[in-house]
Amino acid sequence: MATVQQENPLTEGLERTPVHPTTLIIFGATGDLAQRKLLPAVYNLAHEGALPERFNLIGIARTDQEHDEYRSFAQEAIQKYSRRTPDEAVLSSLLDRMRYVPGSFDDPAAYESIESIAKELDDEAGMAFNRVFYLATAPSFFETIAEALGQRGLDRRENAEVRLVVEKPFGHDLESARQLNRALLSVFEERQIYRIDHYLGKETVQNALVLRFGNGIFEPLWNRSYIDNVQITAAEDIGIGTRAEYYDRSGALRDIVQNHLLQLLTILAMEPPVSFSADEVRNEKVKVLHAINPPTLEEVTQRVVRAQYASGVAEGKDVPGYLEEQGVASGSTTETYVALRLGIDNWRWAGVPIYMRAGKRLSRRVTEIAVTLKPVPHLAFQESGSLGVRPNQLILNVQPNEGVSLSLVAKIPGARMRVRPVNMEFAYGTSFMSQSPEAYERLILDTMRGDATLFARDDEVEAAWGIVDPILEAWSQDGGPLPQYAAGSPGPAEADEILLDGAEWRAL
Amino acid sequence: MTVEVWAAENTTPADIDSALRHLLEEQHGRGEGLAPARVLNMVAVVDASWRGEVLNRLERVGRYHPSRTVLCAVEDGRTTLDASARLSGDGTGDPSLISVVEERVDIRMGPSHLKRLDAIVDPLIVSDLITVVWAPHGHHDAIEAMRGLADVVLLDSADDPNPSRAISWVCRLQEHCYVVDLAWLRGTPWRERIAATFDPDQWRLALRQISKIVIRHRPDSAISGILMLGWLTSRLGWTPGSLVEEGGRHHGRARAGKVEVGLRLEPVPDLSAPGLGGITVETSDGSTLSLDRSQGGLAAKRTTRDGRESSWVVLGASRGEAGILGEGIRQALLRDPTYGPAIRCAGKMLS
Repeated sequence: MATVQQENPLTEGLERTPVHPTTLIIFGATGDLAQRKLLPAVYNLAHEGALPERFNLIGIARTDQEHDEYRSFAQEAIQKYSRRTPDEAVLSSLLDRMRYVPGSFDDPAAYESIESIAKELDDEAGMAFNRVFYLATAPSFFETIAEALGQRGLDRRENAEVRLVVEKPFGHDLESARQLNRALLSVFEERQIYRIDHYLGKETVQNALVLRFGNGIFEPLWNRSYIDNVQITAAEDIGIGTRAEYYDRSGALRDIVQNHLLQLLTILAMEPPVSFSADEVRNEKVKVLHAINPPTLEEVTQRVVRAQYASGVAEGKDVPGYLEEQGVASGSTTETYVALRLGIDNWRWAGVPIYMRAGKRLSRRVTEIAVTLKPVPHLAFQESGSLGVRPNQLILNVQPNEGVSLSLVAKIPGARMRVRPVNMEFAYGTSFMSQSPEAYERLILDTMRGDATLFARDDEVEAAWGIVDPILEAWSQDGGPLPQYAAGSPGPAEADEILLDGAEWRAL
Repeated sequence: MTVEVWAAENTTPADIDSALRHLLEEQHGRGEGLAPARVLNMVAVVDASWRGEVLNRLERVGRYHPSRTVLCAVEDGRTTLDASARLSGDGTGDPSLISVVEERVDIRMGPSHLKRLDAIVDPLIVSDLITVVWAPHGHHDAIEAMRGLADVVLLDSADDPNPSRAISWVCRLQEHCYVVDLAWLRGTPWRERIAATFDPDQWRLALRQISKIVIRHRPDSAISGILMLGWLTSRLGWTPGSLVEEGGRHHGRARAGKVEVGLRLEPVPDLSAPGLGGITVETSDGSTLSLDRSQGGLAAKRTTRDGRESSWVVLGASRGEAGILGEGIRQALLRDPTYGPAIRCAGKMLS
């Protein structure tokens, strides 16, 4: 007869609930992501006492080195990139838990070593650790690694959980995303797979859910009757840096819109979930994606604009254009800027234009969601001397100034009834005065905890590619030179052409 | 870092309030990137001779600090109020980023002012924010006076050498406000670790088999050990028995159904930081689990009934006393439902 496990009464009231002992296995353990993000995030979790009570880390990469050499590498990475100065004693204890396996990802011997070390760690503790395999590698290795884990029987175990974390990009179009999902799901179950979109680990993004569903003031207005349009912006002031090889094959649509911006849109537009369990939230997000009518091939030119940055001035310096960047293919038609207009065909959102734009080398770094309400039907105040009465806007600032801002119209002090827009601001810094944890800290902890709420599900990823695919297809048939915008500018003038009914892009 | 200062002798709360408003207006007029922080008000009542030390403690709290601090320094014999106000921004000079502004009001007052402290500080706290009162040098009269204004009392029950008296005081305060106790917060990592250790399925049943608990503490931190026992007793549904002190050591029993649980507190003189030094939990089948302070976290050791031993370090940096105070400020904005039952159990053990 099965025994019913009683709840742990000691966890009540604790902010950090227990996480089952875990061995984290990072593929690509010497890569840029591991160095800049994963290892510092693991350290910060250790510093705060948030890691599982018993924790090990195994790194795998091609570099031929010993455990101690990897520990030195990890130490340097943590010291360089951690958001806080490491405590020597904690760092030293964490490094003691690290092991390293040299090998290529298709080498069965590497998996044999992983299994052997992981088993040794289990035996030493006298218990079965959960295992989290983190694929911080080039996407071309995802299938190979998953398959090899399956062949070695490392995809599941008795009395403990096995999870697989996959970094974006999840495919480069709908077909490749399906192929990747099929490959992963031939080894792992969907509940074991955690597809990371680090935007979802940001506090402001999570707060968008609280703002919508924890405040009665917004819900009555959150529909086509009151909302005029939505603008989602991810503007970067930097260029492609050293990522030419990746970026030239990807472009802004794949790199930002297909994942980050569509994820932001789902959170903004979803119906209230029954609960905040992973599947309830993701069910609602997928419904939004399914309700988006992608542009047809013919509509792409009216609804989507792409462009490349030309030379210009950024941070007071002359900078080259995209085509002059080192590593970019001559005559490349990869877009560094994309703006598009979508619509959500459901009762709540029908007819509300959703504008999105993402670009590099723009005048400012800003990521935000702007919800513009419809104007009042009649303005009784005098317009003469008033400073442009504008409809109310609710702005969710994702970065750099995390917070929420609501624009209102107020009377300008004086004898006459003149008005101008003013802002009500909620800034994280002023209300919490605390540093938000890095998105990766939250997400790594969630994978160890087994909470998939902030991770993309297979159908979500495929639905997002379904929206983007026709655009990619249309572009593939149109190889002409792309419109250019000066580096350091707000973007190409052509972006205005997709706006409807006198709408304007928000100033960056 | 921008700093704006105003000061006056023999002043009034209304003048201080007006000066604060003026400073804020002036500062705002100079740059829209400056935004006053709005987290919580802290009213700190301190002995004037320790004012600098308290300010140093508040400066070092790290990530969590009050947005408006009203520091009341009490001087024997003083009959007038002298005050200063300052605004300081954390600006980095980057015009695209918001600079968060903190406000501090320093008031020098006499003991006679404390009976009506509420009337003095009421105009100086930001409405609609949580107000925390903290009196690290006693001044219970100030806390009593703040009953109507304070949402939270921040205290350290280890400040009173008599644990029984400390617990009674907390229980009285809890009748009208929320209490954040630094002695309780020092025990948080221990509670988290005990909970985690017994969380895996294979160990959870052992919670019902606990037969003995030994807690090691710094000699001046018996209250931390008593609170830990109170927590275990209340969470595990034990019936608390009496805890008796003999030669600085406490011992007693609790009843877990039909099983008696032995409880013991052992002072450890060479501990550098206040709070707990270690805890050992024994179960009726002869297994033990020990957690002890060590470099880089807590040293854990488990011995099973067949004599097998397993040791590991539970990672975590020491927060230090400054970090504990910062945590106290942060906890003023949260609610821990387990502190009240734990301290009431602890009170029963000492009664």
